[in-house]
Amino acid sequence: MTEVLVKPAGPARTSSRPSGLFRLTPASGIGLGIALVWFSVLVLLPLAAVVGAAAAGGWGAFWNTLTDAQTFAALRLTVIEAGLVTVVNGILGTVVAWVLVRDQFFGKRILDVVIDIPFALPTIVAGLVLLSLYGPESPVGINIVNTRQGIFLALLFVTLPFVVRTVQPVLIELDADVEEAAASLGASRFTTFRRIILPSLVPAITAGSSLGFARAISEFGSLVLISGNTPYQTEVASLKILKFIEGDNQAGAAAVAVLLLLVAIVTIVILDVVSRRVARRG
Amino acid sequence: MADTSTIRNRKGPVTYVMRFGVIGYLAILVVWPLYEVTARTFAPLERGAEGGFGAFLERLQDPSVTYAFQLTATCAFWAVLINTVFGVGISLLLVRYQFPGRRILSVLVDLPMSVSPVVVGLALVLAYSSGQGWFGEALESAGIFIIGTTPGLIMATAFVSLPLVVREIVPVLEEIGIDAELAASSLGANGWQTFRRITLPSIKWAVVYGVVLSMARSLGEFGAVKIVSPGAEFRGETATILIQNRYTNYEEPTAYAAAFVLVLASVLALVVVSLIRKPEDHK
Repeated sequence: MTEVLVKPAGPARTSSRPSGLFRLTPASGIGLGIALVWFSVLVLLPLAAVVGAAAAGGWGAFWNTLTDAQTFAALRLTVIEAGLVTVVNGILGTVVAWVLVRDQFFGKRILDVVIDIPFALPTIVAGLVLLSLYGPESPVGINIVNTRQGIFLALLFVTLPFVVRTVQPVLIELDADVEEAAASLGASRFTTFRRIILPSLVPAITAGSSLGFARAISEFGSLVLISGNTPYQTEVASLKILKFIEGDNQAGAAAVAVLLLLVAIVTIVILDVVSRRVARRG
Repeated sequence: MADTSTIRNRKGPVTYVMRFGVIGYLAILVVWPLYEVTARTFAPLERGAEGGFGAFLERLQDPSVTYAFQLTATCAFWAVLINTVFGVGISLLLVRYQFPGRRILSVLVDLPMSVSPVVVGLALVLAYSSGQGWFGEALESAGIFIIGTTPGLIMATAFVSLPLVVREIVPVLEEIGIDAELAASSLGANGWQTFRRITLPSIKWAVVYGVVLSMARSLGEFGAVKIVSPGAEFRGETATILIQNRYTNYEEPTAYAAAFVLVLASVLALVVVSLIRKPEDHK
């Protein structure tokens, strides 16, 4: 019931148990060769080309692109919006997970499915869905097009499942004994939550938040229709890359892209560290 | 769990505030907008005109819309096929075999999901476009054009959904272990027989699950496809690009109709996925 479309628990990493590993046979060696060639052609070489294009003009050109006032404004807006969304998700996502696990009421199963919808929807459709209620012809009289609130709302929508889906399983597994012990020793419910439950949720909240942050930083599809793309006002990093590409400035696009790639890699590393720390503790 | 229920099930005012807070939050953020999209999909085009299902179908029968959905289906089909073959192969290699760089490869395989779709598109352009790409000239002299053609769209789609199959198969392969496979080969089965009779049946559901997820992702891919496609009507306009083009051209009814089809596809994927998950959980 918990993870339906979402598998946010980090990379599908193989365990490092060496037992049961075969040596490569000629047939599996050829298979590995073909797989590596395809993987390089599809993923590694193109990503290397991005780094190459960003580095082509040297460190100075790279730095100048990123510190150009308009680009820098776009980067700053992206980081601020993603940060705000991450904070809101960290709190509200935990609350949603809490209600889905601990509360019992009619229609809870439906809410559980609703959580997955933002992930299941294509990003451009997600933008359109939000615009149908909060767009120019809004029945409630709110128009988010070309506003920072619109970007915030779109990011909130597409990152909704991350924290919920990472916290939920941890909350289900949580031992009731310690909570009872705390309560029997006179701790209030809030104290029990703060001192007993929250500490064991922190790794999951961190993991979910960093996934959400990475997604928010790189989000594109849902913002295309909502963000008006006004320089200094509502232009985010991914749309800035699009503008660079359309203006035939490949080096500029590559410079911003390298920054987004770095964020993606740092996120993967953080998740790896967190999951290992949890594994060691448990 | 009966004895623990007393502590955990105390219901104070906070419980109700949180419950209705969460319901309200999800309603404003997800449910109401979805309802609004549905309402607009089936709304009549103009006052007095007939709305409903007929109008919806009519908007979808426009040749450019049919073309877009056909292109999307073609790209999704090839991308899923490639990813499934690659995914099963690389999962077996990562879990069962020992080779230098295995751990790095297992991390790298997951990278495509974390890369921004725009960066994916840019990466393919910088590697393969005939004007600026690293390999553009070589490919051009061989008469191969990737960027702006259907193979480019397939590559972009395959890139973004690459890890989905691998992520599903790897944990299952790790869990089932190698005892049955070793037994089969000690009884004289060759590699292919062992795979077909022993390994494949046990990873069957993981493969199906991965295929459904990649299919859903491929049908809805926008960012990467947008960069590598010319994106004009009848020229590389996939369903998602069509939605953007029509919405910005004030042809909103068509945009909503096409979007609704994609909403249906993703809800269908959700349903299929939860149906597959259930028998697995019961085991």
